[in-house]
Amino acid sequence: MTAIPSTPGRPALDLRRKPMRHLGEKAIELSLIACATVSLITTLAIVFVLFEETLSFFEEVTLRQFFLETNWQPLFKPVTYGIWELVAGTVNVVFWSLVFALPVGLAAAIYLSEYAHPNTRKLLKPLLEALAGVPTVVYAYFALTVVTQDILRPLLGDEISFFNSLGASLMMAVMILPTIASISEDAMANVPRDLREAAYALGATRMEVALRVVLPAALSGVVASVLLAIARVVGETMIVAIAAGSTPNLTLSPLESIQTMTGYMLQVGLGDAARGTIDYQSIFAVGAMLFMMTLLLNVGAQIVVNRFREAYE
Amino acid sequence: MALHSDYLTPSSPTTLRATGSVARRQAVSRLSRYVLLAATLSGVAVLVYLGYETIAKGWDRLSWGFLTSYPSRFAERAGLRSSILGSAWILGTTVILAIPIAIGTAVWIEEFAPRNKLLTIVKLNLANLAGVPSIIYGILGLAVFVRLMGLGPSILAGALTLTLMILPMTVIASQEAIRQVPPSIREGALALGATRWQTVRHHVIPGAMPGIMTGMILAVSRAAGETAALIMIGAFTFISFDNTGLSPTDSPPFVTPPPLGDDFTTVPVQIYNWTIRPQEAFRENAAAAIIVLMVAILSLNLVAAVIRERFRRHD
Repeated sequence: MTAIPSTPGRPALDLRRKPMRHLGEKAIELSLIACATVSLITTLAIVFVLFEETLSFFEEVTLRQFFLETNWQPLFKPVTYGIWELVAGTVNVVFWSLVFALPVGLAAAIYLSEYAHPNTRKLLKPLLEALAGVPTVVYAYFALTVVTQDILRPLLGDEISFFNSLGASLMMAVMILPTIASISEDAMANVPRDLREAAYALGATRMEVALRVVLPAALSGVVASVLLAIARVVGETMIVAIAAGSTPNLTLSPLESIQTMTGYMLQVGLGDAARGTIDYQSIFAVGAMLFMMTLLLNVGAQIVVNRFREAYE
Repeated sequence: MALHSDYLTPSSPTTLRATGSVARRQAVSRLSRYVLLAATLSGVAVLVYLGYETIAKGWDRLSWGFLTSYPSRFAERAGLRSSILGSAWILGTTVILAIPIAIGTAVWIEEFAPRNKLLTIVKLNLANLAGVPSIIYGILGLAVFVRLMGLGPSILAGALTLTLMILPMTVIASQEAIRQVPPSIREGALALGATRWQTVRHHVIPGAMPGIMTGMILAVSRAAGETAALIMIGAFTFISFDNTGLSPTDSPPFVTPPPLGDDFTTVPVQIYNWTIRPQEAFRENAAAAIIVLMVAILSLNLVAAVIRERFRRHD
């Protein structure tokens, strides 16, 4: 194509193809794709690193020992790597933090969705969500100093050890409170109005509507929120590393000192384990287990939301 | 018979009162409001109580000297100087690395990607990465950046680790901001002969910028409190020099390249360090450092809220 002859007072309109511009567009698109692949490469790198070091770990430690023995004793002879003591530590903290966070979180969700004036909700919901923005090392400080030292020890005396799962679980419960309350509240707010009105018309009280109509209808969202909260507890490191102790312990007692999977990983990370040593490899083996657990919980939450949602429209 | 449910307050004297089991059900329901409210407030109350405890314990330690002293074996002389500088370098580098990658990914997903399987995989992958615990990013950084690439426990290794950690959050926030830009703006630009990239660069990204910045600031405030991932890559060290890259006496400011290869520590790691010591004096230091960290994080959140309000679309 050629340039159109210029009209007086205007520059020629150049309609020729600009090959450089086309190339530039392609280059830009390629660099955008490169950006998008960073996240894919991250996942591949995580899987590769965990897999590679875990494989070297299992050259020295048998799978049988890892999965069938209950003793996690990497520091003293006889050295044994039985994962269940660390898993038990994680389950311990998950259990006790849910004991506190589940009723309170659900109560908060029901209150915000079914009882609160819209203005009250606008004020309270961000305040609750602010709990999720507090760094976990700060919660860890509170778990050790305020909760254990100032409250639990004076209350329970020597029955509770200085490092214990209860203090860590209590702060963990505060940390996951917004996860449970906020996501469950969203699910409840999405339950159609008609259902509530039908129940009121049949003479149900507000509490009956909330507990017997809205809560069951929003159950998939509630379950998803709990799964996500569990995933956060399983992956949380600082609170348990500081307040729960470093004693692998096959117990569900909240009063004893325990060690979780993340707690062990941080303990090794604090020292300077050299590459190729069994200590270094063991954090990747435990990390692989941790990665699988959190992945299952997150995928589980997505499936619950997509598959079991009660659709009313 | 329940002639009035408890959300209809009886207003006239002629209203019938429920009796027997209905009255009981209504009383229970009225009571439930206060029980549920108490539960909701308990979370907020814990936050307030802990804030009070921290301020009570740490307030007296806060001083200019505390902010400008190196860590020390003596609690009264120890301060946050090297950890504040370390945090600033780490977060600054993280932002510089994260902004282009996050915007690039979000622009590709929203504006360029063909609706095919690759796009589905990228989106699903981002959702799952968001749920990966930070300590896993820590051992990824340890294996790849610190050991494999040989960066050592340096500022660059820490910033790269945190960049990957906040990437899902920043991408998702950028995507949402880009989706808020009305299609008519894109169509207008394309109709005038702009290429796709020109449309994105001159119209979509500027329009989405407030939302992108809000998400970025919130992600940085998350990174500012991160401890476990940085301890895994080796930030738990005693640093008694400045991560400034400028020697204080001779070279003029901003001439020497920044010290991305330096060892570092950060404020949350310093809080950890002080918390695990048994002496009460170090606990006071930890409380004072928590005040500093929380003020910084709250300020970041405030800035994000202000940007969001300033640029809220009124339509």
